[in-house]
Order: sequence, then structure tokens, then C-alpha cells
Amino acid sequence: MAEIRVFDGVPEAGFGDYVQLLKPRVMSLVVFTALVGLLVAPVRLHPVEAFAAILFIALGAGASGALNMWWDADIDAVMKRTKSRPVPSGRVGASEALAVGLALSGISIVMLGLATNLVAAGLLAFTIFFYAVVYSIGLKRLTPQNIVIGGAAGAFPPMIGWVCSTGSVSIEAVLMFAVIFMWTPPHFWALALFMKEDYHTAGVPMLTVTHGRKSTRAHVLAYSVLLAPVAIWTAATSIGGPFTMAVSVVLSLWFVKGSYDIWRRDEVIAEVDKYAVEKTFFRFSLLYLFVIFAAYLIEAALKLYDLGGW
Amino acid sequence: MEFRPSHEIYTRRFGRNVGVAVLLVAFVALVFALTVVKVTGGDPMKGFDHVFEPVLLPDPGKTP
Repeated sequence: MAEIRVFDGVPEAGFGDYVQLLKPRVMSLVVFTALVGLLVAPVRLHPVEAFAAILFIALGAGASGALNMWWDADIDAVMKRTKSRPVPSGRVGASEALAVGLALSGISIVMLGLATNLVAAGLLAFTIFFYAVVYSIGLKRLTPQNIVIGGAAGAFPPMIGWVCSTGSVSIEAVLMFAVIFMWTPPHFWALALFMKEDYHTAGVPMLTVTHGRKSTRAHVLAYSVLLAPVAIWTAATSIGGPFTMAVSVVLSLWFVKGSYDIWRRDEVIAEVDKYAVEKTFFRFSLLYLFVIFAAYLIEAALKLYDLGGW
Repeated sequence: MEFRPSHEIYTRRFGRNVGVAVLLVAFVALVFALTVVKVTGGDPMKGFDHVFEPVLLPDPGKTP
């Protein structure tokens, strides 16, 4: 009897592949920053509403990740780091990624609007549009400043969290946005300095390739210098306090010092110690964002005991 | 009677179906919880229905 084995060799997606489509690692950062934005706001949400808000913000972020994987499948297939992603590896079809992305976008926006308010839902819709259309489809392949533009999309979650609680955008929300916005370029360019990924084969203009490594080092320093006053200003607003201010000042100065060290070096020295300074700076930058946002949260907790705040 | 061992793909599809089922049940539970919170939360839900209702007038003692 002849056996038909059409399925053999054709990879079929498991549940985990669809989870991978939502970029869970990016999602975890979104959950954390959105939660901080939501909790430091002066208005309290019911825990169930807060949970739903965070869930649907994360789902919206996941949706834009799926849309990004749909559009960037050709790039992902070329680059070593990304070619095992669900779409380029063939486990999930590109059109399926598009469908998942669009469906989850709709669900997350409508549900966030119902759980909290329409301003938050509108902001989430704009964030998905900005990341999927403006960044992925529009500017990522056109300009070496793509990291800056992509960073803006990543900076929205704490602002959306804040708006979920308060219903409007205020200076604190804008400044939390600005902190992540200014933080992203030095973080990613430091990574680009030592990862030396094959962006050029994929045709993505990376600053390290288009303007050279020397210029990238200067960019890291410039954005770090701009980040410091933004972080310190945020600590001076209603979400800050002496504790947050101390943390922000110390960490920001350290951040600028690290970027100055990167700027001072050239490739020859960096090759010798295998990019030790760049790697240290990259790890520190992750810690920086985490500790700064944790500080806003701690300050809010201290306020409950009349300890924190200005 | 002997059954042939089922192809690995069916296990994977089963896993996917279970995943979707769990997500749907969780979604229903969340919408229900949200409904309970919204309804019991005291949000103003009384609308004008073409009948004059003094209770809906703004409180004169309170500044808007």
C-alpha cells in the first residue's frame, strides 16, 4: 500500500511559534515600563482594570511584533541572528503573521479602550501604526537613524500606562517617553559596535556601516549626554523625589562616563580587548533603564508611607 | 486490531488547539471580571431617557 507522506519535511507551527511571533522578550520590557507608567500615576485603577490594561498593551506590542515579522521576513531570512524566526524558517506563513498581527491589533485596541479609556486606546493604535508602518515599512530601510525612530515606538508603553490611569497625557508621561526615546540609540548602537551583524547583506542601513564606527561612537556619546538631563528632569517632576533624583543623577553620570569611554576609543584598541568597554556599556544600559523605572515605582511606594516625593 | 502510531504533526496540532482553547477561556474570564468591576465600580451608568430626573441634575452645592 502506498503511503502518502505530504507532511514530512514540511515544518508545521506549534503553539510556541505563534508566541515567538509576538517577540516575547520585547514584550517583557513593554510590560514592565507600562506597569510603572500605570502605577506611578496619581489615579488608582481597580486591579482587574490595571491587569487588563497591561495585558492589552503587551498584546498590542506583540501585534506590532508580528506585523514587523511579516514585513521583514526577507531581512530576517538573510541575517544569522533572525533566520530561525517563525516566518523565515517557514513554520508560519507570512500571510498568517500578517493575519495574527492585524487581528491582535484590533483586539488589543478595542479591549484597552473598553477596559480603560479611549485616549489610551488611541495611543496604542498610534504606537502599533508607528512601529509597523512608519518604522518597519517606511523608514527602517531608508535611514541610518532607524534605531531612533524604532526607539520612539518602544518609548510609548509607559505613556500609555499613565494615560490608562489618568485619561490624559501630562509632562510626566512625556518625560518617561523621552527617557526611553533617548536611551534606545546609545543602547542599540553600543550593541551594533560589538555584534557586527550582517545588516549590510540584508540591505538595512546601520549607522556603523553607513557612517562608520567612529561616527557611531560619537552618536552614542551625544544621545547619552541628552539622556542625562531628561532623566534628571523626570526625577524633578511629581513622580520623582529625593530618592529618584539621587538614583537618576548617579546612574546618568555613570551612563555619560561609559559613553565617553566608548567615544574615546578607536577600533584598534577595541579589537585588542575584544570590545570589553562596549559590552560593559551595553549591559549597564539595560540595568540603567530597569533601575530608573524601578526607582519611579519605589518612589510611588514610598509616598504611600509619606516618605517619598517632593 | 492495531492502530498505526499517529503522526507527530497531530500532537503538535493538539497542542496548538489546547493553547487556543486556554486563551479563549481566559479571555472570557477576563471580560467577565472586567464587567463585574465596571458594573459594581459605581461608574455613572444612568442616562437621560426623555424623562426629567432631578437626581441627574448637577449638585448645586458642588462646584463643577
